[in-house]
Amino acid sequence: MKKKNTGGMLMTVLMYIFLYAPIIIMIVFSFNDSKSRTIWAGFTLRWYQELFRDDLIMSSLQTTIAVSVLASLISAVVGTYAAIGLFNMKKNWRKPLLTVNNIPVVNADIITGVSLALLFVSAGRLMGFELGFGTLLLAHISFDIPYVILSVMPKLYQLDQNLFEAAQDLGCTWFQTINKVIIPGIMPGIVNGLLIAFTMSLDDFVISYFTAGSSVQTLSMTIYAMTRRRISPKINAISTLIFAVVLLLLLVVNAREARQHKLELKKENTLKGAA
Amino acid sequence: MNEAPTLARDRGGVLSRWQRQAFAWPYMFWMAIFVVVPIALIAVYAFTNAQHQFTIDNFAGMTDYAGVFGRSLWLAFVATVVCLLLGYPVALAISRTDPKTQRILLMLIMLPMWINFLLRTYAWMSILENTGLLNRLFNAIGLISLVNRVGAHVSAGYTPIDHFQLINTGGAVVLGMVYNYLPFMILPIESVIVKIDPFVIEAAQDLGADGHTVFRKVILPLSLSGVISGITMVFVPAVSTFVISKLLSSGTVMLLGDLIEMQFTGAAYNPHLGAAISLIMMFIVVLCMSIMNKFGEGEEQAVVM
Repeated sequence: MKKKNTGGMLMTVLMYIFLYAPIIIMIVFSFNDSKSRTIWAGFTLRWYQELFRDDLIMSSLQTTIAVSVLASLISAVVGTYAAIGLFNMKKNWRKPLLTVNNIPVVNADIITGVSLALLFVSAGRLMGFELGFGTLLLAHISFDIPYVILSVMPKLYQLDQNLFEAAQDLGCTWFQTINKVIIPGIMPGIVNGLLIAFTMSLDDFVISYFTAGSSVQTLSMTIYAMTRRRISPKINAISTLIFAVVLLLLLVVNAREARQHKLELKKENTLKGAA
Repeated sequence: MNEAPTLARDRGGVLSRWQRQAFAWPYMFWMAIFVVVPIALIAVYAFTNAQHQFTIDNFAGMTDYAGVFGRSLWLAFVATVVCLLLGYPVALAISRTDPKTQRILLMLIMLPMWINFLLRTYAWMSILENTGLLNRLFNAIGLISLVNRVGAHVSAGYTPIDHFQLINTGGAVVLGMVYNYLPFMILPIESVIVKIDPFVIEAAQDLGADGHTVFRKVILPLSLSGVISGITMVFVPAVSTFVISKLLSSGTVMLLGDLIEMQFTGAAYNPHLGAAISLIMMFIVVLCMSIMNKFGEGEEQAVVM
């Protein structure tokens, strides 16, 4: 097991270069004082200034954040209660329902997008509405909920099943049992599901593209339109900012986890010392 | 055991199993509208024409697009194989590092996934263009003039080139797929290999297996479930993409995704044909997954990021 694996290590290093070279190039050229994407003409910050002055980019950023926050919060609530309900079902009901739940996860994005577009367009014709923020939000909720359920379900199984009865023996109503015993017990799963749903919404392009219509645009859709026109170095500036934000978030989360881990170790040690 | 719930039930506090299930009802209703009906609509659209009459013309005309189907499947297949060949050794190497390094290495694989994939693909455009970074590099090291000199030697009618055609080729599209989906191959394989009990490997070694045999007879079979979820997680998005082909081939390499997208948004607006193609694509996805599940029978490895 501990045998040195030089070939594998070399390949791993090359793979990381392959993974990061385009990103580094993108970052470097976001500071390039020329429209060229390949010739270096000196350092500038003007693409960042233009980025913040670009109304289309700013408004699509707002749309993206609004839809991601709303969709992930709604999905977390609906998905958690749905998971509790599914958990209480007999296997011959739960299994097929979970299969349907998995459809948006495993299906190709383009099919989810196109099928929802068909639904919204047909329903819109009947009820007199058009594609817009509402349909975009509905689409996001429907592909977010499955991720919440997938991350809450295992936590429900991990809960001590006697807890339900214990809580009720101690006088909890079913409502209190759910809110004071079950939900806190599965909280890590809910938070995890919420985060996955949020990143899925933030990152989605294909499903938004088919369901948002022409009146609203998410950031991904704006970026797509920009890449089709192929000119603006502002794209590089957005990428760099997103990369910086993601990197920062990861570092913060990592540092927090490491600190918690240390605290737990300390606690264990003091407990051992006391014993 | 039986007394306790009765006590609570007297206070009206306990829900029957049936009532507890009711928490899922709103979502069942939701799934019916937003998952089942849309897919049924695809089937309805696929088998009707603009006059709402039943027809199979949408499928009959599909033979015109056999080339697109073939190309899509082929490029997605190549991308999946490349991802597997690159991803497996890397996953194996990562799984052999100590836990702290492993954490950092995995984080570094996931980090690019959080950057919008349009931006990641866009980055490749500036690398692969005719006047892009790679071609400028080839020019600077004299590779292009070398090729020209050799070409002139070989045949008299040789027309010198000033760049290699990198972008707008099938190769560029495969590169884009591999770049975007490689993490989907590495992460599930790595997560399975890490869980292999080291004692199993030690036992194999004690029984006289050399490194090669241990890999072939122990590690590889035990990591198969990761390989299978990796393959589906790469193949499904690769066979259905339209963004990668749009950006890296400017429409010269037409894939199934492009064809569907055109029917719903483009000038060739024809949702009935689009639905028929989507239906076939769905069939391909289901087929591919059921074949894969045959291989990975038993273990359900739902690797959700």
